[in-house]
Amino acid sequence: MSISISEDAIVKTAKRLSSLDALESEAIHIIREVVAEFERPALLFSGGKDSVVMLHLATKAFWPGRVPFPVLHVDTGHNFPEVLEFRDRTVERLGIRLVVGSVQEYIDRGELNERADGTRNPLQTVPLLDTINAKKFDAVFGGGRRDEDKARAKERILSLRDEFGQWDPRNQRPELWNLYNGRHTVGQHVRAFPISNWTELDVWRYIERENIELPGLYYAHQREVFRRDGMWRAVGEVSQPTEKETVETRTVRYRTVGDMSCTGAVESDAADVSAVVREVALSTLTERGATRADDRISEAAMEDRKKDGYF
Amino acid sequence: MSTAVETALEHSTLFRFATAGSVDDGKSTLVGRLLHDSKSVLADQLDAVARTSAERGFGGERGGLDLALLTDGLRAEREQGITIDVAYRYFATANRTFILADTPGHVQYTKNTVTGASTADAVVVLIDARKGVLEQTRRHLAVARLLRVAHIIVAVNKIDLVDYSEAVFRDVEFQLKQAARELKVDEPAIIPVSALEGDNVVDRSEKTPWYGGPSLLETLEQLPALADLETDLEAFRFPVQTVIRPQGAVAPDLDADAYRDYRGYAGQVAAGSIRVGEAVTVQPSGRTTTVTGIDFAGQELEEAFAPQSVVLRLADDIDIARGDLIAEAGAAGSNAQLPQPTQDLYAALCWLSPKPLKEGSRLLIKHGSKTVQGLVRQVISKLDLSTFADQPASGLELNDIGTVHIRLAAALPVDNYVNFRRTGAFLVIDPSDGNTLAAGLVESDHLELSAREDERYDI
Ligand SMILES: Nc1nc2c(ncn2[C@@H]2O[C@H](COP(=O)(O)OP(=O)(O)OP(=O)(O)O)[C@@H](O)[C@H]2O)c(=O)[nH]1
Repeated sequence: MSISISEDAIVKTAKRLSSLDALESEAIHIIREVVAEFERPALLFSGGKDSVVMLHLATKAFWPGRVPFPVLHVDTGHNFPEVLEFRDRTVERLGIRLVVGSVQEYIDRGELNERADGTRNPLQTVPLLDTINAKKFDAVFGGGRRDEDKARAKERILSLRDEFGQWDPRNQRPELWNLYNGRHTVGQHVRAFPISNWTELDVWRYIERENIELPGLYYAHQREVFRRDGMWRAVGEVSQPTEKETVETRTVRYRTVGDMSCTGAVESDAADVSAVVREVALSTLTERGATRADDRISEAAMEDRKKDGYF
Repeated sequence: MSTAVETALEHSTLFRFATAGSVDDGKSTLVGRLLHDSKSVLADQLDAVARTSAERGFGGERGGLDLALLTDGLRAEREQGITIDVAYRYFATANRTFILADTPGHVQYTKNTVTGASTADAVVVLIDARKGVLEQTRRHLAVARLLRVAHIIVAVNKIDLVDYSEAVFRDVEFQLKQAARELKVDEPAIIPVSALEGDNVVDRSEKTPWYGGPSLLETLEQLPALADLETDLEAFRFPVQTVIRPQGAVAPDLDADAYRDYRGYAGQVAAGSIRVGEAVTVQPSGRTTTVTGIDFAGQELEEAFAPQSVVLRLADDIDIARGDLIAEAGAAGSNAQLPQPTQDLYAALCWLSPKPLKEGSRLLIKHGSKTVQGLVRQVISKLDLSTFADQPASGLELNDIGTVHIRLAAALPVDNYVNFRRTGAFLVIDPSDGNTLAAGLVESDHLELSAREDERYDI
């Protein structure tokens, strides 16, 4: 039986990486491959924890050199102010260039219409693609993880997108060993997901281990909130309670940071990273399910959006 | 979470496995069961499964959860009730983090099985207890063997539908042993399971008293990962991904002057290990030098081993670029462990494209961090999956596994795949549209042969 292996082989196994080190090494390998094989890569950077981890990995991949590509943010105009402040401070600290695509400008020009539900996450697609085309980015790094939802679970680490940014799930290239095929024709580009194999818990454990700074709203703080769709929504310019919804002050934190009008907070006392690690390990709700109203709309929400060129 | 769990997490290691089976063997259900019974399914996911199961009347009167819904992700799959693409799943037990590639069983999607198996430490092959070993099962065993997956585990599923019969199980076991013998694979571990009822998936079942072995999850927890088996046995291999020469552009927190002349070679250790002070050979130039430093993001390491991503500094200023391979210099007498740069590639190919392979085709070969042109000189043979014998062939079609001779435009420092999974593997790419056509595995027996080959084509 193949279960029995020789004692010799087992005794020699002192050199092994922890799962976190193995995931880090895999991600760095992918980041370097993409930078080496593409002419103009960029990293999607929202200030959210996954993109912050991605940027951290990029700094490690090219040390002692500087991160050799710019970061790209699609600003919904519905951002948490503290996240924007964090974004700007981070790119300044690392000496990298920030490219911003603005949903608000498209709305102001009448090229995009505000949705009935007020959510702007789905509106990011067009500004994202236009920016990719205008800047001629041929590879765009994202912090997407396969544990996030069932459509992402099927996406390759290097995911080919056509001229319209569309993902064709039925026609993906096989991804073999750690050999990544990034060949593409003019007009196509590639989305690269180096932390595909990480789980939410891995991300948090890594943030803890590497002592990575995040926007403060990931940690428990007092905030004026109201209850909607089973989530706590922050009171802000773009998310106002109706008459029936009562505003109260609660101790909350965010598990994802996105469009303020549809991202909910969870009640939590986890005020620092080790408390969050403990909380995530015990949690019984996936992060999107818990806090993203737009993903609750339909089981197929993410798949549809990805086919349309979303992240 | 207790501190015990936290400590365990720190020591947990990765284990990658893939599932393979024919259509409707119950792969998705089995994966769902593994996730569910190992408590890896979160409440909201389970709610969604319960809702959909009820809507569709799953389990008739008795009701129940259709656990296959946990992994059938894409809309087309949900509508057709089949799996059409590899889905990756993650779960953890006390000391292992599992990455599971759930691969569909349709004949035309065999490429997904190859994909899943290429990175796997183990493959779980499903067999429907009522059907026994099928052509597709043999194909999966052949792929697992070809890709040198360290462990093959066979789950004989739907054992509930044959009333937990030992006779049926033994019969399948007999067929399997025969197939394993023909294919020259070690006899796989074989486990009777019911994905639907949960028998022997996570917990051992009382309904199979005639089976004394571990459950599927117990088996997966005990098997050594490939990295554990290989690291100390293999010679050092390091494909250079990129040269790090910051010149003016050093990281902002560093002193620019101190790193002005820095030159390091970034890559991931593909096999073996290396220590500061050890001699290395650079391929294809063949020059030898010494490792003077191993850097990782500001840390200086004494040693690096597979699969660590690091940066190497070398004593001599030799011309090294992306695509080069830094390898063990090889002490006298250990020449067998040196890579063999060659322009004649003899290899097994798993043909994964509907576009057939013909002799004379021009292809791109991606090996390590290098891509070169290749010309198919000869299709030597093709594996007949019913007999496992090599048959003469002149081309390869989708799902075929065959042996070919490819003439390369530039020498590649290839290894024998049997000894080196990473540096013995390559991709075959279509130069016209960039698609991946095949998985390639370098065959050793031909390495010596290549020296004697006459030149029939010039590239
Ligand atoms: N009785 C019984 N039925 C099972 C068992 N495992 C799976 N099934 C049923 O067999 C059918 C096929 O199962 P799936 O898990 O969807 O099969 P699959 O192998 O993933 O098939 P594809 O999605 O087509 O690749 C479903 O109706 C399952 O409920 C089992 O152990 N016992």
